[in-house]
Amino acid sequence: MSRLKSILDQGQFAVTAECGPPKGADPDQIRKKGEMLRNQVDAVNVTDNQTAIVRMSSLAACTLLRQSGLDPVLQMVVRDRNRIALQSDVLGASAIGIRNLLCLSGDHQSFGNQAQGLGVFDLDSIQFLKTVKTMRDEGTLLGGDPLSVSPDLFVGAAANPFADPLEFRITRLGKKIRAGADFIQTQCIYNVKRFASWLSMAADQGLTEQVYILGGVTPLKSPGMARYMNTKVAGMDIPEGVIRRMEGVPEEKQREEGIRICVETISRLQEMPGVKGVHIMAIEWEEVVAEIVERAGLLPRPGIS
Amino acid sequence: MITAEQKPMEEIRRMIAPYPRILVLGCGSCVAECAAGGEKETATLASALRMAARMEDKDVQIDEKTIDRQCVTEFVIRLDDIMDQYDAVLSLGCGAGVQAVADMYPEVPIIPGLNTEFLGETKEQGYWAETCVGCGDCMLYHFGGICPLTRCAKQILNGPCGGSVDGRCEVNPDTPCAWQMIIDRLTAFQALDRLEAIYPPKDWSKKQGRGPREIIREDQQRGNP
Repeated sequence: MSRLKSILDQGQFAVTAECGPPKGADPDQIRKKGEMLRNQVDAVNVTDNQTAIVRMSSLAACTLLRQSGLDPVLQMVVRDRNRIALQSDVLGASAIGIRNLLCLSGDHQSFGNQAQGLGVFDLDSIQFLKTVKTMRDEGTLLGGDPLSVSPDLFVGAAANPFADPLEFRITRLGKKIRAGADFIQTQCIYNVKRFASWLSMAADQGLTEQVYILGGVTPLKSPGMARYMNTKVAGMDIPEGVIRRMEGVPEEKQREEGIRICVETISRLQEMPGVKGVHIMAIEWEEVVAEIVERAGLLPRPGIS
Repeated sequence: MITAEQKPMEEIRRMIAPYPRILVLGCGSCVAECAAGGEKETATLASALRMAARMEDKDVQIDEKTIDRQCVTEFVIRLDDIMDQYDAVLSLGCGAGVQAVADMYPEVPIIPGLNTEFLGETKEQGYWAETCVGCGDCMLYHFGGICPLTRCAKQILNGPCGGSVDGRCEVNPDTPCAWQMIIDRLTAFQALDRLEAIYPPKDWSKKQGRGPREIIREDQQRGNP
């Protein structure tokens, strides 16, 4: 069963962390990352060829983590697979014992190292969510063919409170929930004020009662990283004040400052009733997750009944 | 219309190199509108090829002709009288034009001089933009007259994605976000509620279900009233 779902159902503040598979066929690399996160987080979220750069498949990496007793969240993007392959991998993931699935569009292929590849996009992320929900709850494939055994999956989706147009973001969140999202992971939160206004709009529509929202956070390593993300990553909103804070400390203390900002953000998220957990995306910096979780006062992770 | 751009000169010259007698064949329709293969471009290219051949002291015959539509059999058939004078045709038609000419003259190499690009519109002089993928099942009603399959880089039917900022697309900031345009248009005529529904997966069988598509209309065929 999904440990993540149990934690959330019990009303505990959930902690998940992102884990990028290696650019190679070495199984130990992913196991090592998994070990760093053991007992620090409730579930480990494995990216699917993020930024359109080829890596070990998220399904294989999740399988390795599952074998070592962790609760993986399988990310699947609609960029690389048509509806036949997506549904087939959903069945395979469930058969292996993967219990969490995050349905995403995926970064466009033009950003990655296979820019000449064909973008599939046969389904969009909302259609994919709905397909998985139908497979799970109705026991049927797209088109209505019955399954012998339905997949057992806790299904999530992404939301970006910082993209435009803000009002329509809530409509789209509602669509994702109706399509089948059990939980939502948000884009990295640095602009807590804008996040809070998005959350209150969602609450006004009753959406925060219908879905578990996990706030996304990413510790900054340097002011350069902050500036880069703010200007180069669409839909990323890092307020000038945060960037100045990173610039205001000497270079050797910048990582510490990044961690501090991240911990403070988590504390503020914990105070928001609509937020049920936090998702830590320490990009190629998984070793810092344990420290963040500890300093945020989120250890030890609760057991599940 | 179908848009196209001329292939690089080197590529064209490589392809026509083996043939001493070449007809550069323009098309007066779409590719004339997008200034790639009309009468004017055909004349310009033919004269550039003749010049290049002269510079290399090559003895080749390069003639030019433009027909109204290379993609319509009725027009192509008019080449019957002159076809035996050439060893190859350099077609400045779109991909459909090249193949229509090739279908008619199976023994003559028909060489493409253009790269066919997309189904689109002339926005202004010298600016063409893709707006239709020819999916076989038009959805423009639902999306306020903006096609997300064509104009959204991720073909999202339930958009916008998380990368829409200030009305621009994250994949190519020079391009407007199709979903911002859809929302703006539907808002303008109070039809934003059309986007409440989850739009189902696209039926791609109407585009590529059983290979190349045909339209057969008996009412349009000869012999029918």
